[in-house]
Amino acid sequence: MTAEPQARRTPAPSSTYLGMPKFQKNAKAKLDDPQLRKNLRYATTTIRAKRAERVAEVADWEELRQAGEAIKTRTLRHLDTYLAQLEESLTRNGATVHWARDAAEANQIVIGLVQAKGVDEVVKVKSMATQEIDLNEALEQAGIAAWETDLAELIVQLGHDRPSHILVPAIHRNRAEVREIFLREMKQYGTPAPEDVSDSPAELAGAARRHLREKFLRAKVGISGANFAIAETGSLVVVESEGNGRMCLTLPETLISVVGIEKVLPTIADLEVFTRLLPRSSTGERMNPYTSLWTGVTPGDGPQEVHVVLVDNGRTKVLSDPIGRAALRCIRCSACLNICPVYERVGGHAYGSVYPGPIGAILGPQLRGIETELDKSLPYASSLCGACGDVCPVRIPIPDILVHLRHKVAQTKHVPKLEPTAIALAGWALSDYRNLQFLERFSTLAGKTLSSRSHLGALPWPASPWTNARDLPVPAQESFRQWWKNSHKEGER
Amino acid sequence: MNAREEIFSRIRTALADVTEPDPALDVPIEWVYQRPTPMADVLDRFVETVEDYKALVVRVPAAEVPTRVATLLRGAEVSSVVLPAGIDPTWRTAIVAAGIEVREDDPPLDRMELNEIDAVVTAAAVGVAETGTIILDHAADQGRRALTLVPDTHLVVVRADQVVSDVPEAVGRLGASVAAGSPLTWISGPSATSDIELSRVEGVHGPRKLLVILAE
Repeated sequence: MTAEPQARRTPAPSSTYLGMPKFQKNAKAKLDDPQLRKNLRYATTTIRAKRAERVAEVADWEELRQAGEAIKTRTLRHLDTYLAQLEESLTRNGATVHWARDAAEANQIVIGLVQAKGVDEVVKVKSMATQEIDLNEALEQAGIAAWETDLAELIVQLGHDRPSHILVPAIHRNRAEVREIFLREMKQYGTPAPEDVSDSPAELAGAARRHLREKFLRAKVGISGANFAIAETGSLVVVESEGNGRMCLTLPETLISVVGIEKVLPTIADLEVFTRLLPRSSTGERMNPYTSLWTGVTPGDGPQEVHVVLVDNGRTKVLSDPIGRAALRCIRCSACLNICPVYERVGGHAYGSVYPGPIGAILGPQLRGIETELDKSLPYASSLCGACGDVCPVRIPIPDILVHLRHKVAQTKHVPKLEPTAIALAGWALSDYRNLQFLERFSTLAGKTLSSRSHLGALPWPASPWTNARDLPVPAQESFRQWWKNSHKEGER
Repeated sequence: MNAREEIFSRIRTALADVTEPDPALDVPIEWVYQRPTPMADVLDRFVETVEDYKALVVRVPAAEVPTRVATLLRGAEVSSVVLPAGIDPTWRTAIVAAGIEVREDDPPLDRMELNEIDAVVTAAAVGVAETGTIILDHAADQGRRALTLVPDTHLVVVRADQVVSDVPEAVGRLGASVAAGSPLTWISGPSATSDIELSRVEGVHGPRKLLVILAE
């Protein structure tokens, strides 16, 4: 006898990140979508301008970035010390601390805690960590509905979609698409969208407010991440805009926060640096509308049962690379996505993981290991223009780490025979001027033969991989030596 | 090895290159904490930045606060209000005199009851001029967190001596509250979203109206 397949509680995401092809292949498909490119160009240009304006207001911005870098570097280089302190502070203030080596263990802990409360639904604050471990699907399989409450995450969830940006996960959707999704899906999962709802963002936000209000008012368990965890005091901090975070952190009886082990900050004083860096870098605001800080259990206020799940899931792997570990300084602001010429053209889905853009290209392969075709391709998802490193509020040298990872990828690959041959030939040519002169006879001859053209198009193999996408100038008709000899009299040099 | 031990062991292995045991000596931090940000007038800047978020701000002499609380609530067409236990009793008297129904949070109202109330009136802990932020540390005159979240209008009274230049000074003032275990709520304008085509909408789940009285 086979069991009836159980009906899903939440909308099924249409795609999975597992087995994604390499970046270049995904990118090519995305480049064929003019609507996506239009949405992305508009969105990234707008946020870039807002960020630049707000950053310019801060006279000591560079000092602030350096402070952010130093605090994070200190924390990471002594992570065991600060985590032990965090655990002690949390426990002292009434929170229960759990440790998870990987995604599966973290999901199992959360499922166990939710089941122990005897409920079959939870409300969620937008959290990168829970997306990384794919908590929603794990809960779904355990018969627990996880409701995303951030507006963009709601659009993604109801749209059977995947997020494409760290900060604005539905950046790839326009208002007409959002209206359609709300009208079609909301009624299947709770309060419907009004039939006459227009596509104005204000009306759509109103529909989301009504849809989620009943879920907030009845939820017994809330699930969050944390932007910062203060070792000294045992306080967690969540930065948000809509108030959905406050709802999830305040109204349920039980709160479970899933936090990456790199989120720890030494002291409460350090918050002055990060609460100035984050909103200006991220949404281009002087301050985000709401920031919540809580310290374990507050008697008579908010959840009286507080759990914190501290997750490794590859972070210690990143930490073990003295160059690559700087990626763990990331505060998930997404300034590097918005400034990136590659991200602007292909969007977040092409990166095949929850961390898109330049930070995703260095964090993803390190967290997961350089094994799949996708992870081997991500360090190449960049033109190395350097803009990402310049805007990073914690000064992560993203271009340097990309090059470092390319080196690692190259070590795993079979090097084609052509490359050492070409290098050996160049070595021979450049080691003695007579050798070079000998070769130049051929190149100037080619130059003269092709003198009617200014450049060469696609050439046959072995030059084809280079010339398929690039034009090559026609070789010069005389070498520098010949030119010098012809244009200068003897003894005039 | 349990998960905790294994994670600590992985971290120590990963950090084998770190030889200096003292974090402060290993990575010096060149940053002066709690430094004020220079500005012409802290209160003017505060009003300007709060208004930038489309919140209503009025500056009134301290003695006029109770009457202004009542008139602002009436202007916002509020018919019921919840008050934290430690609120200034003269505000309560003025609100009652204005014919607005006052609900007490004692015993604590449940979320459904809170959802039926139009507004909440609270004091604040700190105001931040440079960012237009009002910080609650949920002392008795501000009440528990749900009070300032579920009702759709939040009227908050900030005293002039609570306003500081920027975030560093503010975090300095709040250290004692956090050490005592109090939660904090930082509020910069009404709730907002830019999730649809980056078009800013004021008012999503948190209070859609934020009314601020600056008492001088």
